[in-house]
Amino acid sequence: MKGNDKIRREYLSRFANRSYFMQGDESVAYGSLYAGCDFFAGYPITPASEVAEVMSAELPRVDGYYIQMEDELASLSAVIGAVWAGAKGMTATSGPGFSLMQENIGYAVMTETPCVIVNVQRSGPSTGQATKPAQGDIMQARWGTHGDHEIIALAPNSVQECFELAIEAFNLSEEYRTPVIILMDGEVGHMREKIIMPPLDKVKIRERKLATGDELLFGGELIPPMAEFGVGRFIHVTGSTHKESGIRDVESQQAHHTLVTRLCKKIADNRDRIIRFEENHLEDADFVVISYGATARPAAGAVLRARGEGKKIGMLRLITIWPFPESKVRELGARVKKIFVPEMNLGQLSREIERFVKCEVIPIPKIGGIAHTIDEIYSALKGEV
Amino acid sequence: MAEDADRKEVAEKRRHRLFKYLRKEVLPTAFCPGCGCGIVLNCYAHAVDELQLDPNDIVAVTGIGCSSWIPSPYFLGDTLHTTHGRPIPFATGVKVMQPDKTVVVIAGDGDLIGIGGNHLIHAARRNIDIKVFLVNNLIYGMTGGQLAPTTPLGISTTTSPHGNVEHPFEIAELVAAAGASYVARWTTYHVFPLMESMQKALTKKGFCFLEIRSQCPISYGRRVGQRTGSEALQEYKESSVRIEDAAEMSPEELEGKIIIGKLIEREKEEFTGNLRKLNVELRTKKTGRSPEEWSLS
Repeated sequence: MKGNDKIRREYLSRFANRSYFMQGDESVAYGSLYAGCDFFAGYPITPASEVAEVMSAELPRVDGYYIQMEDELASLSAVIGAVWAGAKGMTATSGPGFSLMQENIGYAVMTETPCVIVNVQRSGPSTGQATKPAQGDIMQARWGTHGDHEIIALAPNSVQECFELAIEAFNLSEEYRTPVIILMDGEVGHMREKIIMPPLDKVKIRERKLATGDELLFGGELIPPMAEFGVGRFIHVTGSTHKESGIRDVESQQAHHTLVTRLCKKIADNRDRIIRFEENHLEDADFVVISYGATARPAAGAVLRARGEGKKIGMLRLITIWPFPESKVRELGARVKKIFVPEMNLGQLSREIERFVKCEVIPIPKIGGIAHTIDEIYSALKGEV
Repeated sequence: MAEDADRKEVAEKRRHRLFKYLRKEVLPTAFCPGCGCGIVLNCYAHAVDELQLDPNDIVAVTGIGCSSWIPSPYFLGDTLHTTHGRPIPFATGVKVMQPDKTVVVIAGDGDLIGIGGNHLIHAARRNIDIKVFLVNNLIYGMTGGQLAPTTPLGISTTTSPHGNVEHPFEIAELVAAAGASYVARWTTYHVFPLMESMQKALTKKGFCFLEIRSQCPISYGRRVGQRTGSEALQEYKESSVRIEDAAEMSPEELEGKIIIGKLIEREKEEFTGNLRKLNVELRTKKTGRSPEEWSLS
């Protein structure tokens, strides 16, 4: 147990069972504090700055540390350094900053450093519509860093879920020793809703497995235990291909193959334990809407309206975007006639869905910084079902 | 068999007294003949030994480039070998969480000045208690001799084949201006003052920065007529001017000289100390809205 645990528990106990009216950005920050986050490094960016604002106010109160870094490269660097020194670390950003973090996301994957990266997506490419929401980073979250890898990305659709998924993101990152991305969108990030804070002891926290002896830190088992600096292990952490001991070995084809396939396997083999989604009216469905994040809200409205008219349509809301819930989507694809995919981009997830189904996949894209309305999604469904 | 054991024992006795500081399984080093990195490693091990620092209490953070290999993997301690240009922000995270450890960054000019220059000046501004030993060989050595932000005007490199048209950084002066607690410049010729300066940096609170001019005979030296390490050391000996003497010299006289010595040493509030102070203060003093005040129920 950490030295600051008592201070943290005391402070957070004051939130227990109280309700608040707050933004998704604020909620994801409080969820992180509940998860035990005690280090945040970040750089201001719309629409994610409120995460940093809450962390700068609250972290010192729970004896944690907030640093405003000089850019997003430095932010994720500091987080990874802090984690190897014992922290539970996170950063928060939006598209442009997320692009800058890609190299270090790969570093966190390669060095098996648990950390959480919040990306409150905004309209791009480039500076785009800086203050407006989008869901354009679905594929960047998956493939933004170079080289073969697996990633975990979660997409909340409400302020309460931002809180819950922040805790889940930390838990997954600690359990699988991997970076986890919370793929919010500016809509959910800036939306205000009521949220109820749970008592801390009702929240399940999964801590990282620490080495107790001289176990290998970078191999030997699917998810090796971690060690922190200063415990006499003389740990060698490198983003270069390394042996199970951590010592660099960039010459051997076998060493690289062994390492990278294990890093992928630890996520891929645990898909069923990681993946979460929400099913509605799928039992009798001939048609299905697959959506996520803020877009899932008007999508749910459109599905309800269509059902009200007797249409056999259901909805699958993805909570885990990556790893992609391919077996669920494959199963649905085999029994429905059409799949509709509203999303605030030009069809990033719909193309992924196409890989796993034979039925027709109809994207309902919308860009420009304004979320879909129920009417828009309903009209797109109407002629097709 | 007995002979083998004897030979082993003799070899063990002949071991250098500082051998204990090295990570045995990665030796011999990958440094080229005549490289300055071995001298810097030697000075660093001496400095640690003189100060009787426990390697358990040192975290070395490095970037990408030959000189980053000095502590990673060769020095036996916790080591974080990071992405190119980012050792200082990684070290910032380490130091904030483990303020009692000595956090040392050893990296090159391409890493710390080129791709990572912004982090260098911001860490100096924060005055975070990190020790940065910049090994400045005026070139990108590991990648085969490309132009660096430290390469002097006119020098032809693999990416300035017609001669360099850029002015180089005077990096020690920049770091001093940015707010560091201690800044000095030495060369690999000046091993004793360098060792003393390393000891100073390792013990002084705050952001401490050493620029160590070092030779790269393979990727730089041979382009400027210094084909061996010893020729470079000879050149360092002849062209170095003590900072006290340099103060009396004209810019023309200082042309091509390396100004060595201590640029700055000052007392200043240190970053991680300030962070901790804030946390303690907040436990006794009420600021901002309390969780009870802004809840709906």
